[in-house]
Amino acid sequence: MSSCLQTIQDYGLRAIGLGERLLPREGYTLCEHFTLIGSGMIWNIYFGVLALTTGFFLATALAVGKASPNRLVRKPAEWFIFIFRGSPLFIQFFFAYFLFLSLKSVHPVFDPFTAAWLGALIVLFFNTAAYSGEIFYGALRSIPKGDIEAADAYGFSGWSKFRKITWPTMLRLAWPAYTNEAIFLFHATTLVFFSGFPAWQQRGDALYYANYFADKTFNPFVPYPILAFYFILLTLGIIAMFGLVNRRLNRHLPAERRGKLRMRMNLIR
Amino acid sequence: MKTLILTTAALALTAGMALAQQTVRMGTEGAYPPYNFINDAGEIDGFERELGDELCTRAGLTCEWVKNDWDSIIPNLVSGNYDTIVAGMSITDERDEVIDFTQDYYPPTASAYVALSDGVDVMSAVVAAQTGTIQAGHVAESGATLVEFATPEETIAAVRNGEADAVLADRDYLVPIVEESGGELTFIGDPVPLGGGVGMGLRESDTELRDTFDAAITSMKEDGTLNELLKKWFGEDTQTY
Amino acid sequence: MFPYCTDPDTLDTFRWFSCYLTTGVHMSFYLSFLKVLALLAITAPVALGFGFLGAMAARAQFAPLSLFGKGYIAVVRGVPDIAFFLFFVIALDQAFEWSRHQILCPDWTDPIRQGSDFLVCPQAKLPLGTAPEWMHETYGFFLAVITFAIVFGAFAANVLFGAMRAVPHAQLETAAAYGMSRRQTFWRILVPQMWVYALPGLSNLWMVLIKATPLLFLLGIEDIVYWARELGGTKTSRFTDYPHGDWRMWYFLFLLVFYLAMTRISEIVLERLMRRLSHGQATSGGELLRKETTA
Repeated sequence: MSSCLQTIQDYGLRAIGLGERLLPREGYTLCEHFTLIGSGMIWNIYFGVLALTTGFFLATALAVGKASPNRLVRKPAEWFIFIFRGSPLFIQFFFAYFLFLSLKSVHPVFDPFTAAWLGALIVLFFNTAAYSGEIFYGALRSIPKGDIEAADAYGFSGWSKFRKITWPTMLRLAWPAYTNEAIFLFHATTLVFFSGFPAWQQRGDALYYANYFADKTFNPFVPYPILAFYFILLTLGIIAMFGLVNRRLNRHLPAERRGKLRMRMNLIR
Repeated sequence: MKTLILTTAALALTAGMALAQQTVRMGTEGAYPPYNFINDAGEIDGFERELGDELCTRAGLTCEWVKNDWDSIIPNLVSGNYDTIVAGMSITDERDEVIDFTQDYYPPTASAYVALSDGVDVMSAVVAAQTGTIQAGHVAESGATLVEFATPEETIAAVRNGEADAVLADRDYLVPIVEESGGELTFIGDPVPLGGGVGMGLRESDTELRDTFDAAITSMKEDGTLNELLKKWFGEDTQTY
Repeated sequence: MFPYCTDPDTLDTFRWFSCYLTTGVHMSFYLSFLKVLALLAITAPVALGFGFLGAMAARAQFAPLSLFGKGYIAVVRGVPDIAFFLFFVIALDQAFEWSRHQILCPDWTDPIRQGSDFLVCPQAKLPLGTAPEWMHETYGFFLAVITFAIVFGAFAANVLFGAMRAVPHAQLETAAAYGMSRRQTFWRILVPQMWVYALPGLSNLWMVLIKATPLLFLLGIEDIVYWARELGGTKTSRFTDYPHGDWRMWYFLFLLVFYLAMTRISEIVLERLMRRLSHGQATSGGELLRKETTA
């Protein structure tokens, strides 16, 4: 037991470079499995949270852009969404990494972009913005006509109409689908270290370490179920948090119409 | 040799089915010139291809080449996807615990650092190495910042574009690259002796097969054919037996 | 390929490229695109089959079966797909060989796991040690297809389960009123009608399947990603007639365009299919079609 505490001290923050330098070389106890893979989750959460929060704003802009009657605004938004939704994230990671590499020789500004913490984050940011943008766009189009007419009747216009009426309604309608998007964005973060972006000093995400153990022990039956366990916890956490927001978004509705956050189609990208 | 034939025969008998002569599957990476690489025609080529074919002829075995990524090359040997690893793999104690090695067919060699300029301190710089190599292990212990890449080619690319300050790899792999770079890349520091030479990796349970290949390597060392091959692929002044 | 390719150094840019792009390695690259298409063509129906079984299980009245069906859907949904890919390929291989070992070599006394070796008797090996190389590659591909089918089967099960519940209940009640048994109602009424409800979900799934194909690379198959990385890397003139710098960005750009084209084509085809299926259906899409034709 105390040796496990020691392991946690040594490897608990290994994924961000604190603690023991060298990864375990032999033995590979269950405790080491749990600690290292859990430590890798730091990266999954980092990528997921940052991409989701930043992506949210771009997604709103993309949705409004795609719904715009102005061709000059609509076309770029449509293309952006098509490119990022129409191609595999895996290939996007590879391409972005090599693109950043060649940009590096153009200007030193691009130096940090080839590191996963920034480069992969940007790809995930664009990617989730495109997926959520499409979800928001769908919601924007299904806002009941009556809501908008009522807003007009009350004298709302321009920014305040968007801020107070259109946007909250859009969010409310889009929320169940957006929850799914969030779950799958977190799942997608596991691709980062398998797609060009190198792991510095063996600091990787949960799957990187799970794969490390599976390679060393040649027994997939221990590390991958542990990884699955962490991700199911994470998924439940996301559902709980998004459920809270959903309650707030729907608090004005009569109780019987509120309904629970229903998990619809869940798909990977 | 005789023991192998006997055991194969015994196995075939006990199994009650006449197994045709077992094909030996040779696993390699195909991305580590001049040891092994894919030529323009899409075939595996290089020092180890020629060596392996010759060894199989001498041992009277039918051999077949298989490509596998470096990072899963040991697991896939252990699980029986192929029977040998012929991929410029250095003999180390750590690997020896998991798999078995024949005697070395390439003498213990030096690894070397390559960088864009001379002024790199390899003890503190960012050093690229291929995942799961002895070089990666060495860098991790040396105090430098290790960046791992899946293929050797990517480690060089990392130095070229400034991702890493230097790369640590087998000297023989680096020599043609440095020569071709037109002065862009240079060797820095002293060569580092690592590992116990390059050998053929086999499953620990495959002792007969290991003895067969061991014998074939010995015969190639004795009649000098191995030295000729080494000179052909690594240049006249390479180390020989 | 072409007669003038014998000395690439003398060629102008255009002819150099025509030679470069037709070398043997590039042929393997083009062939790997066929692998991707084959994977799609085989996986889609198999996954649909898995999905159908999963949905039937989840609907079953027998509680453990229903629990199994729902559990299958939930677990695959909750875990990153690439973890499944990395896990299943090794696990399936070991499971197949282990069960063959139990059947074919009952007298074998050595333990199967010796240290880190996974050892079964030679007859239980998959494929047999004597098998030619193409059998090994096919077997690897087959494992990949099963893995894809297991993962995508769960998603398809989710879609079909929803579609079965979306069929108007009145239809089933009417069937019961006509004296049909549960089984008859299922096969004659529910199944034919559910497809139109399932199609949006299934087309989405198809898109996702297309985008999951590059993960073949992680399963150790020499697919387009493998070759793009291999061919795009810097080549020195000692080992090839066509030396070049780091072109990986361009190779991956090509892959990106390939996938965008696949997506676009699928979108167009699926839209047509949806129109066909909506004919005569009691849905808003069907209503729209009726108005169009009568107006």
